[in-house]
Amino acid sequence: MLTRDEVLKVAELGRLNLSEAEVEQFTQQLGKILGYVDVLNEVDVSNVEPMAHVADVSNVFRDDVARQSLPRGEALANAPKSDGKFFLVPQIIEGA
Amino acid sequence: MANYTTIIGLEVHVQLLTNTKLFCSCPNRFNPDNPNVQTCPVCLGLPGALPVLNREAFKLSLKTAMALNLELARFTKWDRKQYYYPDLPKGYQTSQFDLPFSSKGYVEFDMPSGELKRVRLIRAHLEEDAGKNIHDESGRGADSQVDLNRAGTPLLEIVSEPDIRSAEEARLYLEEMRLLLLTIGVSDCNMQEGSLRCDANVNLHIHENGETIPTPIVEIKNLNSFRFLEAAIEYEVKRQLGQWEKERKRLGDVDAPKTTRGYDPDRGVTVLQRGKEGAADYRYFPCPDLVPVVVSEEELAAIRATLVEFPSARRRRYCDQLGLSAYDAQVIVNQGNEFAAYYDAVVAICGDGKLAANWTTQDVLRQTNDRRETLAQFPVTAEILGTLLSKVAKNELTIKAARDVFAALLAEADEEKPISKERIDAIVTEKGLATISDTGAIDAVINAVVARNEKAAADVRAGKQQALGPLVGQVMKELKGADAKVVRQMLIDKLSS
Repeated sequence: MLTRDEVLKVAELGRLNLSEAEVEQFTQQLGKILGYVDVLNEVDVSNVEPMAHVADVSNVFRDDVARQSLPRGEALANAPKSDGKFFLVPQIIEGA
Repeated sequence: MANYTTIIGLEVHVQLLTNTKLFCSCPNRFNPDNPNVQTCPVCLGLPGALPVLNREAFKLSLKTAMALNLELARFTKWDRKQYYYPDLPKGYQTSQFDLPFSSKGYVEFDMPSGELKRVRLIRAHLEEDAGKNIHDESGRGADSQVDLNRAGTPLLEIVSEPDIRSAEEARLYLEEMRLLLLTIGVSDCNMQEGSLRCDANVNLHIHENGETIPTPIVEIKNLNSFRFLEAAIEYEVKRQLGQWEKERKRLGDVDAPKTTRGYDPDRGVTVLQRGKEGAADYRYFPCPDLVPVVVSEEELAAIRATLVEFPSARRRRYCDQLGLSAYDAQVIVNQGNEFAAYYDAVVAICGDGKLAANWTTQDVLRQTNDRRETLAQFPVTAEILGTLLSKVAKNELTIKAARDVFAALLAEADEEKPISKERIDAIVTEKGLATISDTGAIDAVINAVVARNEKAAADVRAGKQQALGPLVGQVMKELKGADAKVVRQMLIDKLSS
């Protein structure tokens, strides 16, 4: 259904560190969920238009008028680390 | 050395000139000195915040697509492109994947050879820009700083087919793109501020033993000047050729994936970045927070009605209707909209396209450069220059006299005197610059000059053409406003009779 390698790949793309036990657990659980969703593949949709959005609504726009942004202090308030002006993150190493 | 063809495709990113960001009402403004003051729950990616599309950004996108000859989709939607990077707070970029608002267009431009080059476009789609990371370059491994002022800025991505065959063509393509975007006013195209930047996909087709072998594709990221674009591609072509001769790796070999490189302008080389993730790794899916857009014929017609003349059409008009050379048309149009509009206004008054072209591309350009003035600041308005040139066109002034008037006008402007087209006649009278069309008066001076220069006159009679010049010069010295062509002809007539 779902392979271990696929779980590891998705975990890597999601920047998740999984323990060996978690890899095992998620391979099983996610596999079951995918198996369940697979039931949908039995429905004949050859005459159904592809759907881009669940709501039958289009063209919702906003006028191009600026409004007050958050004060910097508030914008940074939830950051794990900041210097009062910037968000701070561990040095980004290309390719890591 | 291998026989090869260079294959280049460009991805151009252009920030749109809107007041606000693409999906929220934060100001869209370049503001690096005040980081993180243009953010809100939407562009910070805070839970529960909902994006709403900026109407103006979508309009400017449609306008751009029209200028790029792109086909417009009647139905378009928004997708999430997932990747992790600190300048992307939501963990995905809102972009367009399978149903972009436009596809299949082209850009045309003149090559120095005079040949018209067409580069086809695959698509243009609208997306949000990311924030900006500032890395510690001391090597001490300090934290990176993240500024999210730019996060959510409307960004058009314009993707070309790999139709470009040299670094020079790539530069010309980007120059034409910039001119076009500036002309229709959708972006300020400020490359230093990152409003216009591009990625170049480069590889080679090696021709060997009747076979064409493509080499692995390299993407050079984030080129933000014409010079860097050209230099990076030139370097990359040489590098890839060297790689081919050493390793003989082909496009599609398992051990030769597509790679990403950056250009280091200090060293003039490209540097390997990360292995390029495959498209599938972005795990695109339709954005449930944004509804699709359906474009009507009426909206398109309304936008079409606001379009101005495109650079390519303008060059053609200058050549076909005003009789300009392709070179002159190129020089005028490539100066930008303001300059071409000035030229158009001069032509409208003086009625002589070629004369107006000579003056605007030489005298006006030289003066505005020397004086470090924009055309709007330049004291000799199109109305004044047009009036001056109409006198040349009607043979009331010689070119030389007109230059004297032009210089006098600028001198008066420098003394802070108000100048206007009415000053032209006054200056002509004050300096006695009017063309002397009284042939009797010219005749009298010619007779006097010939009498004083019997040797030169005899030489001309004997067929020595080079003796004619000094005679013409002497007559002109005495008759300031005379037309040198007329004087020359009258001298020839006199000395050959």
